[in-house]
Amino acid sequence: MIPTIIMLVYLALIAGVGAVAFSRSRASGEDFFLASRSLGSVVFLLSLFGTNMTAFAILGSSGMSYQRGIGVYGLMASSSALIIPLCLFFIGTRLWWLGKKFGHMTQVDYFRDRWECSHIGTVIFVLTAAMLIPYILIALIGGGKVLETLSMHPLEGGGQGPIIPYSLGAAAVVFAVSIHVFLGGMRGAAWVNTFQTILFLVFGTIAVVLIGHDLGGYDAVMAKLAASKVPGQAALLSREKIPPTEFLSYMLIPLSSIMFPHMAIMCLSARKVSSFKTTVSVYPICIMLIWLPAVYLGVVAATQYAGLKQGESDNVILTLINGHTGPFIAAFLGAGIMSCVMSSDSHQILGLVTMFTRDIFAHYGGRDRFGEKAQLWTGRIFVLVVSLIAYLLAIALKDKESIFSLAIRFAFSGFAALAPVMIAALFWKRSTKWGALTAALWVGLTVFLSWYFQDASAALAKTLKPGQSVPIYPELGGLLLRSAGGVTVFGYLPVVPMVFGSALLMWLVSLATRPPSEATIAKYFPAATPSPAGATP
Amino acid sequence: MKWVATSWIVVLVVLHQDSWFWTDKTLVFGFLPIGLAYHAGYTILAAITMWAFTRLIWPKQLEELEREQPGAGGGGHP
Repeated sequence: MIPTIIMLVYLALIAGVGAVAFSRSRASGEDFFLASRSLGSVVFLLSLFGTNMTAFAILGSSGMSYQRGIGVYGLMASSSALIIPLCLFFIGTRLWWLGKKFGHMTQVDYFRDRWECSHIGTVIFVLTAAMLIPYILIALIGGGKVLETLSMHPLEGGGQGPIIPYSLGAAAVVFAVSIHVFLGGMRGAAWVNTFQTILFLVFGTIAVVLIGHDLGGYDAVMAKLAASKVPGQAALLSREKIPPTEFLSYMLIPLSSIMFPHMAIMCLSARKVSSFKTTVSVYPICIMLIWLPAVYLGVVAATQYAGLKQGESDNVILTLINGHTGPFIAAFLGAGIMSCVMSSDSHQILGLVTMFTRDIFAHYGGRDRFGEKAQLWTGRIFVLVVSLIAYLLAIALKDKESIFSLAIRFAFSGFAALAPVMIAALFWKRSTKWGALTAALWVGLTVFLSWYFQDASAALAKTLKPGQSVPIYPELGGLLLRSAGGVTVFGYLPVVPMVFGSALLMWLVSLATRPPSEATIAKYFPAATPSPAGATP
Repeated sequence: MKWVATSWIVVLVVLHQDSWFWTDKTLVFGFLPIGLAYHAGYTILAAITMWAFTRLIWPKQLEELEREQPGAGGGGHP
């Protein structure tokens, strides 16, 4: 009962933050969608970090380290610790500058003006929205399931049952998220995110200490693991279970960060460019504080609960917390994990709404016809519509979570493969809208093909031993290989050909087509154009 | 300075691959696998690098725009 009460109080608090943010708001679209570009350094850092710190990533990384060992930290975290701050430094600051100077509020907003295009921007909007929707859904499904798990209590007739069933849990999450976004917009989402990130860091640290104490010290656990005779268990202390080609491929995945619409929109909401200074310097440390314990505890869990299969191991952190801390701490940690679900979800919903309102409603004449206030209220109403649809889908597709998990895996690669489009727009005068369209179509096609090949070889994967990979189509040789983890191209993850293919197409097609007008190029590349690297592009 | 920064980024990408600890199971301080300790150190190096970048190659022109144009923009498309 205690966890349930704490969780419900927490959700009410989150919704309340939206009301406070509403009282500070002004009746303009820029205030609702970008908090009037006024976020200070601390809120900007914690909110940006919280946006990127999804429950899917944290629970997924500990589940993955349970199966594959400590190398998961290098795979997912230390690569992000380098690439994400670099993206913010070189791309985020420049986006901020363009937004400040020309009033852009979304990536498509910028692309349309930069390349003098309309419908090609719409194609990029559709692709981006399609890759974002699975994230919103999986966060809701995850939130409903976490609440259901944490509210379990003994039944009179024996066994256990939830105080908050899945449907009610998902409804509570969607209510808390939609209310604070509806009322507070970007300001509400950023405040909630900041609060939630701090909460997770504090209670996460307490949980790590308590679990270690309860297990008799981490040195004893690790010594036991090193001496383990269980096949493959001692290998968790090294990177033996991760092929070098996969490890190298993962370096490209964090490029997705700057192409996630909600992350790019966050970059536009900083008050000062100097806010980026603190963010890029501290961001790697924040990553370490979250992911190092998550990966470490995943390996620790392997000594406690041996034999879990892929998927089952995603809950090992929750199991460790429930088994080795008291109900009070477990409830706050549950709230912390919920905060990861909701912090990302609120920014994703707001990102989708901002895109729809600016890239579709305003672009196709809605703002001119109905005015600024109508744009603002369209955004607010769209928040409720998106939330309601997401809730109904989360109820209908509760047992299809694995499909969305798969969609997210490929969407990560898809967003990473869109990065060359953004880099070309910012740094290459000669880039054209046709290059951008071809690259976007390539991304859409390869995301679909990756999914198709993964699905088509699902039966084959069940026959494979750990570490084994075989050709999906023997006549193609090593081009398409299948391992238990997924499809690879000559041993590399699909993200590699996706990113390089996108860059190549952007380059070749741009060279073959007419560049934007001299006036537009002069607008975006004036003689003394500031460049994030301090040099004229 | 631009080339120094670019070269350093390439060095960091290479350092990330650390094939030298791939199968090493040594425990640092008795509880931290060496591969994990290495990448924790790598993360700190990334933070120091970014801090140095903000000192050495920070686009100061952006701050000039901030002074010239303190408010939000408004001339965008549509």
